Amino acid sequence: MTSSASQQRLRARQLRLSYGGPPVVDGLDLDVLNGTVTAVIGPNGCGKSTLLRALGRLLAPKAGSVLLDGARIDKMRTREVARVLGLLPQSPQAPEGLTVADLVARGRHPHQTWYRQWSSSDDEAISTALVQTGMGDYAERAIDQLSGGQRQRAWISMALAQGTELLLLDEPITYLDLAHQVEILDLVRRLNSERGVTIVMVLHDLNLAARYADRLVAMRDGQVLADGEPGEVLTERLLDEVFGLKAMVVPDPVAGTPMVVPISAHSANHADGEPVAEVAERSA
Amino acid sequence: MTEREKPTAVGSSEHTPTEGAIRGVSCPEGGLHGTTVGVGVGVVGVRLRWRALVVVGASAAVLVLAVAAHVGLGSYHISMLDVLRVLSGGGEESQRGAVLDVRLPRALVGALVGAALGLAGAVFQSISRNPLASPDVLGITWGAGVGAVTVIVLAGTSGQISGIAGALGLPLASLLGGIAAGLALYGFSWRRGLDGYRMVLIGIGIAAVCANLVFWLLTVGDVTVAARAMTWLTGSLAAAGWSEVPAVAIALLVLAPATLLGARVLGVLRFGDDTARGLGVRVDRARGLLVLLAVLLASVATAAAGPIAFVALAAPQIALRLCGVAGPPVVASTVLGGVLTVLADLVARIAPGGVELPVGVLTAVLGAPYLMYLLVRSRREARV
Repeated sequence: MTSSASQQRLRARQLRLSYGGPPVVDGLDLDVLNGTVTAVIGPNGCGKSTLLRALGRLLAPKAGSVLLDGARIDKMRTREVARVLGLLPQSPQAPEGLTVADLVARGRHPHQTWYRQWSSSDDEAISTALVQTGMGDYAERAIDQLSGGQRQRAWISMALAQGTELLLLDEPITYLDLAHQVEILDLVRRLNSERGVTIVMVLHDLNLAARYADRLVAMRDGQVLADGEPGEVLTERLLDEVFGLKAMVVPDPVAGTPMVVPISAHSANHADGEPVAEVAERSA
Repeated sequence: MTEREKPTAVGSSEHTPTEGAIRGVSCPEGGLHGTTVGVGVGVVGVRLRWRALVVVGASAAVLVLAVAAHVGLGSYHISMLDVLRVLSGGGEESQRGAVLDVRLPRALVGALVGAALGLAGAVFQSISRNPLASPDVLGITWGAGVGAVTVIVLAGTSGQISGIAGALGLPLASLLGGIAAGLALYGFSWRRGLDGYRMVLIGIGIAAVCANLVFWLLTVGDVTVAARAMTWLTGSLAAAGWSEVPAVAIALLVLAPATLLGARVLGVLRFGDDTARGLGVRVDRARGLLVLLAVLLASVATAAAGPIAFVALAAPQIALRLCGVAGPPVVASTVLGGVLTVLADLVARIAPGGVELPVGVLTAVLGAPYLMYLLVRSRREARV
């Protein structure tokens, strides 16, 4: 983390992004630190997913640039990018009846050519990916027959089979129950520690983001308002600035990472205001 | 401030102390190698699916048998042995005439046209991610119909086109009509990417416009000309002879391998656009090329034999179910397209009642219930 910015593999410089209308992201700078897990947080419509799409070369910048290993990503060949950088869209679609093994095998696409559509290294990568995500027993099952958590693990297996050193995940735990959210994030963490994959993910759950990410990037209105370790970023002032949320930040009793406890009108009424004031005092 | 109170450790590997490094799961190789096999020589390699291999092999055998039956059966029956004798250069004069001049070219055109339709259907269905997308439903064959009927009406009614120009003009005009409809389809469906559902809706619109153009042309033309046009419009192999074989064969020799090479990309295009791009596919370019190839395949087939209905719709769906895969398999769809067309034409030719039916009537009669089945089935899935 002490390395200088120029050594980071994935960077954004003065990035402006739009879908034809007014810019969704404007003048954004970001360095994705090598070998870390970064979570991008922010309110709905703040440009998180748009930023992730640009980092993954799905969206060409209107101005500025995304640099992958020093080269402008939008000038690189799609396949070259796909060998280095994998991505998982928000709700990926697969054809009905596709098996997990077939899905994961597609992850090898960027490493294949029209004449070499298979090599033994493909089988190795597929097997390893299935084992690492615990999906080996489900290889011949159809994706649509799996539970939400298993399905997400199958997609992550595909991204793993792609064998990239960078991985972008757009809301990987949305629509999953809490147990599966934790399961997927544990998997993400393990990929980072065991494979050294650099991961950028968009997350909505601030507490899980703080627990699982090395670094939080807080966005509002297409700007990065804070960028750093969860403890530095997730403060009461920032929550107010970014989300307009009155909240207390207390240490997570399990992991010790910052935990956001919202203060709402309802909770104040419910507790007659007293306990809130009490705890707020203590934390201040 | 709160951050002072809490430990400095941020999320790291300490989150997973209770969990093993790798979950205890059996190696997936049994599953992976049970259904597919990788074959590689030097830098060339391909992954084959056992079940698909069996389906393609069996379909090819059925195709050969169907062509043989097509050549042998009929009001003038020729035994298998005699067919073989004729093919090896012997046989009686009358048998030689029936086999070589009439039935064999017709069966071959049927097989080639059906193969082209099956392949085109597999591409359209994969790209639109919709089983209803076939050249008939998308208006490509109706576009070809406009071209063909224009030539038939102009040649028959006012004598503006006659003789060789008329003979050459018909396939050429239907080819151009099909390509024009295909370009319109792609152009109108493309809005910052191609949405399969929109493509089907636009295709239905194009089909309706072209169909009405055809009916207008029929109204304008003579009654006798209209009758000739109707025969063409139902799709018939009755007039197919050796003159059609080289054109269709050459077109297939160029288009089919190009399309089959794109099959690898087709498998990735069946995912969403973002996923496909993430896997290194230049989505718009790849899809544009594949649609162009499919339009050409469908147009060539229609130019040779008229719009033979439902082969392009049914063959990929049957192939998909036989192979047990998620998307239409291209090779199996191609072979099964040939099988369907040759068998349908055989039945149309030897059907009892003494009247020979155009093959398109038969495929439509068989295909319509199948289309309804697909519609009912897709509605049920949409509700789940």
